[in-house]
Amino acid sequence: MSPVISIHNLNHFFGQGQLRKQVLFDVNLEINAGEIVIMTGPSGSGKTTLLTLVGGLRSAQSGHLQVLGQELCGAGAGELTLARRHNGYIFQAHNLHNSLTALQNVKMGLELHNHLSVADMQTQAAAMLEHVGLGNRLHYYPDDLSGGQKQRVAIARALVSRPKIVLADEPTAALDSKSGRDVVTLMQTLAKEQGCTILLVTHDNRILDIADRIVTMEDGKLTGNSVLAAA
Amino acid sequence: MMGWLQTIQRRTPLGWLQLSRERSRLLVALSGIAFADVLMFMQLGFQNALYDSNTKMSRALDADIILVSPQARNTQNLSTFSRRRLYQAQDIAGVKSAEPFYSNVITWKHPDTQKETSIQVIAFNPDRPALNLPEVNQQLNELKLPDQVLFDRKSRGNYQTALTKIDQGQVVATEVERRTVTISGAFALGASFGSDGILIASDQTFLHFFPKRDAASASLGLIHVKPGYDAKQVATELDAYLPNDVRVLTHQEYIQFEESFWKSESPIGFIFGMGTGMAFVVGVVIVYQVLSTDVNSHLKEYATFKAMGYRNQYLLAIVFEEALILAFLGFIPGFVLPIGLYQLAAKATALPIYMTTVRAIAVLILTVIMCMISGAIATRKLQSADPADMF
Repeated sequence: MSPVISIHNLNHFFGQGQLRKQVLFDVNLEINAGEIVIMTGPSGSGKTTLLTLVGGLRSAQSGHLQVLGQELCGAGAGELTLARRHNGYIFQAHNLHNSLTALQNVKMGLELHNHLSVADMQTQAAAMLEHVGLGNRLHYYPDDLSGGQKQRVAIARALVSRPKIVLADEPTAALDSKSGRDVVTLMQTLAKEQGCTILLVTHDNRILDIADRIVTMEDGKLTGNSVLAAA
Repeated sequence: MMGWLQTIQRRTPLGWLQLSRERSRLLVALSGIAFADVLMFMQLGFQNALYDSNTKMSRALDADIILVSPQARNTQNLSTFSRRRLYQAQDIAGVKSAEPFYSNVITWKHPDTQKETSIQVIAFNPDRPALNLPEVNQQLNELKLPDQVLFDRKSRGNYQTALTKIDQGQVVATEVERRTVTISGAFALGASFGSDGILIASDQTFLHFFPKRDAASASLGLIHVKPGYDAKQVATELDAYLPNDVRVLTHQEYIQFEESFWKSESPIGFIFGMGTGMAFVVGVVIVYQVLSTDVNSHLKEYATFKAMGYRNQYLLAIVFEEALILAFLGFIPGFVLPIGLYQLAAKATALPIYMTTVRAIAVLILTVIMCMISGAIATRKLQSADPADMF
């Protein structure tokens, strides 16, 4: 099986001139299709930086970073924007647009993909919300939803376009343990159904069990890479 | 083109949704735009009233060709030229008649209050009607009596009592240059920026008012062309024939001459132009404030859209969509309010201020440009919506 994400000798620096500081050191990582990988480590270890590089939010500087067969190292802004469309991004905050209803928010995840008609987008978005258990909240504004519900809308938005890769940055950090659990279980089920790969950054020890593999980062280096026994 | 339309159809109308969710912000923006529009409409309205009212007298002149002194600046400052030129003009084949017309500004006593105010006196031979005003031409016989005048009922100032008396046929007398004059009738023309009102007198009465003027110094020469002759061509011939101490203009050229004086040589055109510009700038600032606040409060969402793979243009389009919506919505109250204000101003100033389609379209275009400039400045804030730095 060929890896969907393949990272070789990736180095990354922040700042310019004397303030230039290396944050990633020779990172090597391969993630196969369908894998759920959790990345942990202390804050400031470079987890989020790595995630933003994989997601195309930042331009990779040196080394090799291939996502879905496309080299992102040295890619231009336009290529990065296009590359982002293959990913579903889930953030710590739900980042839903508060002037849009749940349904409209999810529809924003589909609008980028030109082959769908308005009616198709509508039905797919509604079906996705149904799937995350919010079928009766389609026309609610984010302000009228609970934290867990908002995060579920955000997951629906990220997954509605059936992305190959889902990137999640501490998706449970703002949630209580029960909603947090629900949210990751939901991600796991949906990912398995759609056959997508998940790279999830977290501090939350309670959700580690959903992973196929756990990688640990410290001071910009990958220090652990352990495969969990299939449950 | 089709693809473009489809994109519009598919697109979630984010700009509109954002604006309509934030009612109070929308209201502030709309009242700001309406305010700027009202200011612009008032400035442009006054400016237009100025041009209209100052050419009203010129328009009413009954002539094909007009002779005027090269020193003339406008209807209130016509200077004079020799009447001899009018006799010379009759040498030209196409000229039917050439009559002198006199004009000057005088101080008279208000018939009701006896206070002194200045008023423009125009005069001509009552046997030869010089104005295209039927109301005046019916009363020309009255003017043949010495010191009888016709009074402009639309003059600026409160002449209510005097006008009522005139309409009832009573004699209203007042004083001009220590002479008692009788107002024997009224007509309607309207005040202008240059004069508060107009008195029409016979040429003989005029010379009584201004003892230093003589009949041989005309302010204007009104020339009628014989049927079958072209005014433009006769004017060219006259111009070649007469010495250059007199200017030959067709009636239309004379109106333009008067208008261009107010447009360029008086400061008033500039003042109102500047007022319009100021209103425009105020509008830009208000709309910018609203739009940049809106962009700022949605930065996180915008960064998320970028992370999802939306291009920067998509976000720019949202801001410009908002700007356009604001322009058109704000224009509605900005258009309706001035209609009422014009009526108020017209009553208060006796100037012909009214809404015109051309002006409405002009202000609408200005409003759109105004909102677009604000939008363009507000989009600079979008640079900071960078998902990599934000999360």
